[in-house]
Formats: sequence, structure tokens, C-alpha cells
Amino acid sequence: MRLSWFNITSLTLGFAFLYLPMIILVIYSFNESRLVTVWTGFSTKWYGELLSNQAFLDAAWVTLKVAVFSSTLATVLGTLAAYALVRGARFPGRTLFSGMIYAPLVMPEVITGLSLLLLFIGIGLDRGVLTIVLAHTTFAMCYVSVVVSSRLVSFDQSLEEAALDLGCSPWDAFRLVTLPIIAPAVISGWLLAFTLSLDDLVIASFTTGPSATTLPIKIFSAVRLGVSPEINALSTLMIAVVTLGVIIASLISKRNFVREQQGVAGRH
Amino acid sequence: MRRVFIIAVPYLWLLALFLIPFAIVLKISLSDVAMARPPYLPQFSWEAGWGAFLSQLDFENFTFLTTDDLYWKAYLSSLQIAATSTLLTLLIGYPIAYAMARAPDEWRATLMMLVILPFWTSFLIRVYSWMGILSQEGYLNQLLLGLGVISEPLIILNTKVAVYIGIVYTYIPFMILPIYAALHRLDSSLIEAAEDLGCSRAKAFWLITVPLSRNGIIAGCFLVFIPTLGEFVIPSLLGGSGTLMIGKVLWEEFFNNRDWPVASAVAVVLVLILIIPIVLFQQNQQKQNEAQS
Amino acid sequence: MPECAFAPWTDPGAEPLIRFRNVTKRFGDFTAVRDLTLDIYEHEFFALLGPSGCGKTTMMRMLAGFETPSSGHIELAGQNIVPVPPNKRAVNMMFQSYALFPHLNVWDNIAFGLKRDGMPKDALRERVAEMLKLTHLERFARRKPHQISGGQRQRVALARSLAKAPKLLLLDEPMGALDKKLRQETQFELMDIQEKTGTTFVIVTHDQEEAMTVASRVAVMDEGELIQVATPSAIYEAPNCVYVADFIGDVNIIEGAAHRAGEDRYTVHWADGQAPLMAASDKAFSPAQNAFLAIRPEKVLVTAERPADAVNAIQGRIHDIAYLGNISTYHVEVAGGRMLKAQTANTRRIENRGFTWENRVWLSWDSTAGVLLER
Repeated sequence: MRLSWFNITSLTLGFAFLYLPMIILVIYSFNESRLVTVWTGFSTKWYGELLSNQAFLDAAWVTLKVAVFSSTLATVLGTLAAYALVRGARFPGRTLFSGMIYAPLVMPEVITGLSLLLLFIGIGLDRGVLTIVLAHTTFAMCYVSVVVSSRLVSFDQSLEEAALDLGCSPWDAFRLVTLPIIAPAVISGWLLAFTLSLDDLVIASFTTGPSATTLPIKIFSAVRLGVSPEINALSTLMIAVVTLGVIIASLISKRNFVREQQGVAGRH
Repeated sequence: MRRVFIIAVPYLWLLALFLIPFAIVLKISLSDVAMARPPYLPQFSWEAGWGAFLSQLDFENFTFLTTDDLYWKAYLSSLQIAATSTLLTLLIGYPIAYAMARAPDEWRATLMMLVILPFWTSFLIRVYSWMGILSQEGYLNQLLLGLGVISEPLIILNTKVAVYIGIVYTYIPFMILPIYAALHRLDSSLIEAAEDLGCSRAKAFWLITVPLSRNGIIAGCFLVFIPTLGEFVIPSLLGGSGTLMIGKVLWEEFFNNRDWPVASAVAVVLVLILIIPIVLFQQNQQKQNEAQS
Repeated sequence: MPECAFAPWTDPGAEPLIRFRNVTKRFGDFTAVRDLTLDIYEHEFFALLGPSGCGKTTMMRMLAGFETPSSGHIELAGQNIVPVPPNKRAVNMMFQSYALFPHLNVWDNIAFGLKRDGMPKDALRERVAEMLKLTHLERFARRKPHQISGGQRQRVALARSLAKAPKLLLLDEPMGALDKKLRQETQFELMDIQEKTGTTFVIVTHDQEEAMTVASRVAVMDEGELIQVATPSAIYEAPNCVYVADFIGDVNIIEGAAHRAGEDRYTVHWADGQAPLMAASDKAFSPAQNAFLAIRPEKVLVTAERPADAVNAIQGRIHDIAYLGNISTYHVEVAGGRMLKAQTANTRRIENRGFTWENRVWLSWDSTAGVLLER
């Protein structure tokens, strides 16, 4: 199928719109001048300043810790929830349960953040890394559960029955058959939870205390006052990490695809 | 035993960290501000019992929301901004989704990846990237002044226009993906059949393509509209002090004014407003699922 | 009727391998299986045949342990297996979807059940090799399920469920996903394997031809009840009711009033002004009892003239001819607008055959050709 000029134009403009702002950001992160919008020459000095800024490094460390813990916890809980929803047939309060899975997806972050903060104050829990982890786990597990349950729905239940039939205990059937098959969904659920946690400003702002500042909070308070070259450098690093991750992921899946294709071609 | 465990763990988690917190918001929205820690009354105490506790709750904060025009203006302005930017996102997103669906098969995976990729980069950074472009001495004004299109720099940052741009930019993948999914399923022989029966290209598009991608359009619109309504980051970074959005008002009420009861009332009303589009969206999704199965 | 030597169900002393005793299974308001009692013997190839929703799959799933009877019990080799979970039963199942584990290759799929039993490595390898050989899959051991053809997948599923040498193998529509030609080949292969391994097979199918081909006995089911349990030839030649006669193969059903006309002989008055039909039956009918005469189309002779020695003969007009290559089916309109089918083998070339549309012909058959049924 050949594309018409109209279609080519919309694709070009569309992707230019999506990517130009980030490309400009990356380019200007190498600008020497403190005045971000005036190009005076190539320099990597803002990267140097960034990496010597202990506050940013601390925030990055806190963010990473929170993301790893909350996404792992969210993956476990979200997978359990998906399993309960798809396989749990009937249990009391099922409607409430599925409502609680879907509601956080559409709930404005300001409300989720506010309500969790009020809870933490109410039970007298000191705000810090722990409270952010709890908050992030709660909304991320819902995303994980949606991702995993969409895979579970299309999962042929007779595979599990076959495993039982061949002598597996229910736990073995889950471990040896179900889990390997839904693994891609569980992994992408984890990745989604991880990025959501890395990215979150609003909920973290509500649920954190003075002891734990995450990177988005740090960035937000910096950019509120305007564009800053350090933030440009930091953004570039974050974009680079994501791009690298996506490229690696797509290379891996491509390699698997090619391998399978070869396997198919090898049959007769 | 195992079954109970699987259901109970996530269930209790969500009860404790989603439903109960929300009940607390509801309760505080019915309380009064007080110079206390936490700064509201009544506090529940077992000695006084439920009766005394409930009798102190009232709708004062909700009445307050209607008397101070800041709040209803903020709600209206949020609705207006969300609706306008949803429409803009649709107008910009549809041609992209359409072109993607028409693209050669070997491009599709790459195009899909290019649309999804921004999802994985920080939302905050994506919004931030427009600050440098739209500011008075920003790249856009530099370009336009350099080209001689304008003689005075445009003021875009800290206006609604900047908010629209920010919303369209960050939420457009939500619009493109469902529309693309609908158009992708569309059998191209339907268009050929319409043309064979005497439709012009444009007419066939209007009579066949658009109605058959309707579910994608509706899903996309809700996916943009619902989250923008409570948006905080975009109005506070791009909208300036002149742009009223309810997420921002809530934030300021809470952090700057420390008026927890009013902030909670704002939240409760926002949820009530959101219920309508969410229910409509659910119905649309359900209809779509039924149609597919 | 060729009766094979293997017929344990005729031996009153034989101990059945499986016993269903008054088994009922309800799903909410729906009764899938109703008070069903059935014995299945060792080395049998037993077919559960019926339309979808007749309860045959539910019976199979109760044998495998995926459903628990609402009442009654099921014995396997004399032991009640109702409380035994599926993973502890000496029963294996071949699933309709095959349920091959997509992340494991053919070899690992077959080895899966053996590994659960903790079989020593060498014995396991030997057993898998044996299974691969039995199902001619040696060359595909390292392939993933999606890299082999549908027929090969079916054989992997069979090998996997046979690997543990179960007392009983359940096959749920094993050939449902195969095309017709492959299905026929596979049927014979399946019988061959059953004979070689000596395993008791219970197969669920809605395909009557398949059931007739493979099974030593067939149970025809409808709405959760057993209608008839007998050998394929008995089911075909001596169905016990119209439902079975109609379900298995093609049949003409002529309704009429039966009158006794001698020992085990009845006349059937089927239309006014027509000679009654003569039918043999060992069942007792009261005078003028409503009865159904079932005659297979291939037992009906089509002739231009009335055969002189015919016991039963009806005149009619050819309404339609279905030419199927090896046979032709004539749809003949007889008295009262009733349509009867007659089948003839096409031993001669088409242009040499006598009849065409609108021809008047005689249909005739012997008194023992049909079966007289009460319902």
C-alpha cells in the first residue's frame, strides 16, 4: 500500500510534534550558557554540575529505591488481583473489588495523594520512603492487574487443567505453566509500575515527608521558577535511559521473533 | 485456603489504602477547620461515641464551595479546558492514527513504538520541555521573529493556549492508540465497496471510515478528557497563575492554605463530576466488547 | 453382525474398571448429568456420543476430577475417586484444545507428567523416546508446539497423556480440530495405539462416524441421560428409539399403528388406502399401539416395477436425486406427501442408470430390514 501525500504529511508533522520538544531539550542541554534559550557554544558542564549536586543524587537514589520496592510489591499484588478477578469466579464483594481495581486508574492523582496523606496522618505513620512506597504500590498494582488480567483472559484454562491432570499440585501448575506463559505481561506490568513510580510527582508530593525527596519533586520545585540548564541535562539523561531501554527491549523481542521464524522455516 | 489468600491479600490492601482513605476524605470534607493537629474537627473519640461524632458533621464546606466563585469558576474552567483540549487532541490525533493504519505493514511496528515511546519518558519532563519553547524569549518566538513572521514576541506561556498545547502533547498517544486500533481492524474493501457504489473519496471517508472508528474516537476522547479534568502538573507549569484548574486549586488549598476540610470537599465534588464520564466510558467499552465477542 | 471376541460387558462376572453410580451433576439450575449409572470395562474403547450440551463433556471432566458430582459416586478399579483431586488420579486426559504448554518443546511437554512423578532421568528419557516413537514424532522433539502442524500437535497431546501409562485415558473431541481426511487416518492410528498400549480409552465426540469407527461400545447421550449403550453395530442395526436411529446415520421413520401378525411379527398401518407394512420385532406391542418403523435408506430397494416377492412395497415419485459419487440418494414422495429416502450404490456409470426426476418407482424392503420402535 502506498501512502498518499496527506498521510505522509500527517505522519511527519505528528511525529515532529511528538519528538521535536524533546530533541530541542537534548540539544540545549549541551548549551554553555546559563540562559537556556541562547546558544553560546557546546559544553557538557551542566552534566558535571548535575553529577556534583548531592541533593539531586540523593533524590535520584530515593526515587530508585521507591520505584524498585513499589513496583515489585505492586507486581505481586497486581498479579494476585488479576488472578482473583479472572479466575476467582464468584466471591463476596467481587463488584467492590473490581471497582477498587479500576477506580485508581481514573482517579485524579491529587485525590489519591490527598486521601492517602490523610490516612497516614490519621494512623500516625511517619511520612517518608515507606509511605511513598505504600502509595505507589496501591495505584501501580491496579495498572499491573489490568495488564496481567488482559493476558489471563486470553489464557486457555485447559493448560492449567492439563498440568493438574499430569500430576501437578495447584501451586506447581501456577509456577510451571501459568507463570511462564503470562510472564511477558507480568514483566511489562512491572516495567509500567516502575516507570509510573519514577514519574510520579503529585502522589509523592502528598505522601512524602521532609526526609524523602524524590527526583520529580526536586525537578518540579526547580522548574517552577523557569527553565534551568541542570534540569535539561537531567532530562537528557532520563530520556537516554528510556530510549536505551526501549531499544534493548525491541532488539531482544526482534531476536526472539527471528529465532522463532527460523524455527518455523526449519519445519517441513 | 489458597484461593482465599489470593483474593484476600489484594482485597485488604485496596480496602486499607484506597477505600478507607477515601472515606476519610469524605469525613473530613464534612468537618470544620480548627487550629489543631490535624487541623480539623471533630476528631472521633470512642468516649463521645458515634452520635456526638456524626452530629458535628455538616455540609458547610460544600456550601462554601458554592458561595466562593473561585471554586465553581475553577470547576467550569477545568471542564472547558478538558473539553477543548480533548477536541484538539482528536483533530490532531485522528489524521495520525489514520495515516498509521494506512501505512505499509512493515512500518506499523515502528510507528506504534514511536507513539508509545513518550509514555515511558517522564511526564514532568515532557511538560517541562515546552516551557523553553513557549516562553517569551523561547525557541518558538526566536524562530518566528527570525523568520520575520512576527515583530513582537507572542505571549503563550502562562496562558490557556500553553495548557492546551501541553495537554495535546502529553495525552495524544491515548487518542491515537484506540483510533488506530479501530481503523486497523477496518476492512479496506469496505471503502472500495463504497467507492464502487458511487461514493467519492471524501464521502466514503465520512460515511464508512468515521462511523466504523466511532468506538475508537469515543474511547480516545474519554481517555483524554477524564485525566485532564484533574490535571495538576500542566496548568501549574504552563498555565501560570491566570489558569484555573481544579487540581491546582486543590493542591493550593491543601499546601498553601492548609484548609483540609475545604480541600477534601473540592476532592469529593471532583469525584462526583468525574463519575458521569467514567460511567459513559465504561458503557462504551462494554458495548464494544460485546460487539467484538 | 460380526461380534468380536472382546465383550466383557456380556460377562456377568467381569469387574468394571469404571463405575458411575447414580451420578447427578448440577450447575445452578441446570442439570448436566441426571442420575446416570454406567460401567466401563478394562481395555475398552468407549465413546460418549451426543450433541453439544448433552452432558458428555461433564462426564469426562468428572472422571478427570475437574468437576465433582452433585450426588452419586464414581469408582475407578473399585475405589471411589470423587474426593481424589485431578493430580492424584491415575487418569489422564487429552484436551480438545490439546492444551500443549506453549513455552515447552515437544519433548518437555511429553516429559512433563513423568517429571512430576519424579521418575529417574534415564527411565524418563527412555519413556519419552518410546512415546515419540509410538506417535512418530521423533524428528520434532525439539520443536515448540506452534512450530508443528495441527496433526502433529494432536499426536503430541496424545503422547503426553499416554506417557504416564494411565489406567484410563480420556479424549475430549480428539479429532475436532483436524480436517476430514486427516481425521480418518488419525482414527485408525488411535485404534492402533489403543491396542498396542492396552489402555482403556474413553472418548467424547459429537461425530457419530468417529464414534462408530473407533469404539468398542458407544453410549448415546441426550440431555444428561444415557439413551443407549451398545456396540456400534447394535446401535446402528438395532437402535432402541427414534432419537438414536435418527442420530446415527440416515434413517426413514414411518409412524403408524402396530398390530400383531404372528410370532415377533407386526403389521404397521401407516396411511389410509395403503397396504400395511410388515416388520419383525421381538418387542411386545399392544394392539393399535403407535409405533415407529425405522429403515435405513441403503436397505430400501428402488425399482421401476413392483418386485414380485417383496414383503413391503410402496409406490412413489422421485422428487430429488443427490448424486454423491459412490452412492446416490433418491428422495421419493409417497402417499400423503411423505418423503422416503433410498440409497443405491453407483456400480454403473451415470448415463446407464434408469431413474430421473418425476419418474414413478417402487420402494421395497424386507420385513427384517427395519426396526419397530416404541418411541
